[in-house]
Amino acid sequence: MTTPDIYRVDQRTEEYPGTFTLAISPRENSAPGNEATGTVAQAAAARATGAQQNESCQSFQPGQFNMLYVFGAGEVPISMSGAAGSGNGYIHTIRSLGAVTQGLERLRQGDPLGVRGPFGSGWPLAETAGRQVLIIAGGLGLAPLRPAIYHLLNPGANSGETMASRVSLFYGARTPAEMLYRRELEDWSRDIEVHTTVDSADQAWAGHVGVVTSLLSTTAIDPEQTIAFICGPEIMMRFSIQELIRRGVPTTAIYISMERNMKCATGHCGHCQWGPNFICRDGPVFRYGDIASWFSIREL
Amino acid sequence: MVTPMATEKSPPRILAAADLDLLIQALRSAGYRVVGPVLADQAIVYDEIAGADDLPQGWTDEQEKGFYRLRRRHDPAYFGYAVGPHSWKKYLHPPRRQVWRAHQSNGNLEIELPAEDSQATAFLGVRSCELHAIAIQDRVFLTGRYPNGSYQNRRQKVFTVSVNCTSAAATCFCQSMNTGPAVDLDCDLEMTEIVNAGEHYFLVRSGSDSGEAILKQLPLLPATADQTEGEAAAIDNAVQQMKNGPRSFDSSDLQSLLYRNYDSPAWDQVADRCLSCANCTMACPTCFCTTVEDTTDLSGQHAERWERWDSCFTGDFSHVHGGAIRPGTRSRYRQWLTHKLATWIDQFGSSGCVGCGRCIAWCPVGIDLTEEVKRIRELEQS
Repeated sequence: MTTPDIYRVDQRTEEYPGTFTLAISPRENSAPGNEATGTVAQAAAARATGAQQNESCQSFQPGQFNMLYVFGAGEVPISMSGAAGSGNGYIHTIRSLGAVTQGLERLRQGDPLGVRGPFGSGWPLAETAGRQVLIIAGGLGLAPLRPAIYHLLNPGANSGETMASRVSLFYGARTPAEMLYRRELEDWSRDIEVHTTVDSADQAWAGHVGVVTSLLSTTAIDPEQTIAFICGPEIMMRFSIQELIRRGVPTTAIYISMERNMKCATGHCGHCQWGPNFICRDGPVFRYGDIASWFSIREL
Repeated sequence: MVTPMATEKSPPRILAAADLDLLIQALRSAGYRVVGPVLADQAIVYDEIAGADDLPQGWTDEQEKGFYRLRRRHDPAYFGYAVGPHSWKKYLHPPRRQVWRAHQSNGNLEIELPAEDSQATAFLGVRSCELHAIAIQDRVFLTGRYPNGSYQNRRQKVFTVSVNCTSAAATCFCQSMNTGPAVDLDCDLEMTEIVNAGEHYFLVRSGSDSGEAILKQLPLLPATADQTEGEAAAIDNAVQQMKNGPRSFDSSDLQSLLYRNYDSPAWDQVADRCLSCANCTMACPTCFCTTVEDTTDLSGQHAERWERWDSCFTGDFSHVHGGAIRPGTRSRYRQWLTHKLATWIDQFGSSGCVGCGRCIAWCPVGIDLTEEVKRIRELEQS
C-alpha cells in the first residue's frame, strides 16, 4: 500500500443534513520547515513527488473511486462525483455513516486529508455514442453517476466522440429533502430528460411518488439502442434490472456499480470479494451480463 | 496452473546427518537469519534457529481432524514430521505490519512509510506444499496492477531450503492437489532425509547459484545409484500413504462442482458445526486477507496505520452500511471454501489449496475440507 497523497479541502457544501460534498485539490507546498531539514536531494525528490501528484489527479474515469484518509480515523472508498478532467482536484459527495465519514464531515476549508486513487473501473462512456442512455440512480447513487452525466451533457470536451442519441435520467430519493443536486437537476432538464421520484413526499413536493422502477415503466425504450447505467441500493438495482430485461434490454447493455467493504483498493485485503471478482479491481462498475450469475446469489 | 520448475537442479550429493549443522552455519555466515522447525507449545512451529540442535530431532507429529500431538520417533530424524500450525506466511506476510505513520499539526498532514525489515532470511525445511503456498501468495501479491512492495521486499531476500516428504500425516492430501510430496518448484537447495538402520544422511541438490555457493562449503560425497533409488522409494512411501488414505480424492472438477452448488444443503449442515472461529484461515498458508487498524496517540498529533491478518469468518469482514453481507456462518464458510477451491482459480490461475491439512488438524470441531467436498458431491447426486 503506497502512502496517500496530501490534499486540502477547497470547498465544502452541505447537500442535506449528514450528506456533504467536498472539493479537494493537492496541497501546493509541503509543510513549512520540512524541506529545510532535509538534504538537497530530498528536497528535489519532494518536488518531483509533488509534480507527480499534480499530474496523477488530473484525470479519472467517471465511476471510479478514491480512498479518502482522515488522520487517525482510517480510509473509505468514495466515488468521484465531479467532472473528470477539469482542474487538478476531485469532488466527492459523502454521507456521514461511520467513523471515517464522520471525520470527513468535520473537515472544513483548508483542512488536509489523504487521497489514494483513482481505483477501479468506470462507466463505458465510449459505448454511449448514438444510443439511448438510461441513467438510473437511487439516493446517494446519483453521486458516482454525476461525472457520467457531465460527460454526456458535454461530449464535445472529448475530441471526436459522437453524442448519445438521447439521455434520460431516472432519480429516486427517499424524500425531497434528501434529493442530491436539486438545482443541477433543474439545469440538466433543459438538455436531457430528468425524471424524479421520492419514496415519501412532503407538502411542497408536486412530483412523482414511488420507486424509481415505476418511472421506468412509463418511458418509451428502444431496447436494441439502449445502454443503461444503474447505481443505488442493491434492491433498487435488482428491480431496475428486472424491468429493463422485461422491456427487452440485453443484459450486455446494462451496467451497475457495486459496493462492498474495502480496506486496500488494490485486490490484496480480500474484503470486497464477490464471487471471483474483487469489487475494487474488477469493479465497481460491472457489465450486468458478465456478473448476472453472481448477482443472483444471496449473501455472496 | 502450477509454475513448472524453471531451473534444473544439480545432481544429488550426500551430506552426512552429522554435518547438517555445517549447512546451517554456512547460511548464517552468508548473512542469513535461519528460520526452521522448532519445538514450542507442544507443537512443531517455525522460529529462528542457531544450529541443528534447535531442530526437533527424533520427534514426529500425529494429526487427525481437530487433533495434533507430538510423539517420540524411534530414530534420530531431523525432519520426520508433517507441517504444524505455523507456515512461512508469518515471515512473508506478517500477522501485523505497520503500513504508514501520519503526523498532523498546525493544519498540516504528513504521511510516511515505516522502514522495512531488510534482513535476508533462509527458510530451512520448506515442504513441497509450502513452496506451492509461497508461489500462490506470490501470485496474489506480486502480479497485477498493484504489486505489493512490502511483500516483494521480504520475498526477494528469502533463501529456501526445501525438504522432500518421505511420510505423510493422516491430514495430508497434497497428492490430490498436485502439490507434492516431491519438491517440483524452484528452491535454492533441496534435501531428502534418509534414515536407515545404521545410516543417516541427506541427498542435497542446488537449484540456484547461491544454493551451489553454500553447498561448496560443505563436505559432500557423490550420491550412488542405490542412494538415488532409495530416495525415490522414500518419497513414494509418502505418495502411497496418501493414495491409500481417507483423504485421497479427485480435485480436477472442484471449481465446477462448487459453482453448481452455492445452494447445497451441505452449507447448512457445516454451519451447524462451524464455530466461525477463523482458525482455519490463520493456519492456512495461502489465506491472505487483512484488515487495517488506525490509531492516534494521546497528543492527537501522531497516527499509525497497521495491517493485520483478518478472516472471512469474522462479522466485520463483510460489513457495509446496514450490516454484514455475510451475516451467518453458512455464507462465511461457503465464502471460505468456494474461494479456496473455486473462485481462486479465476482470480489467480490456480487453486488456493495446497493439501497441507492444517485447516483440518487445527479446526477445534474437526471440520474436514475433504469431507465437506465429498458431502457437497453426494448431496448433489442424491
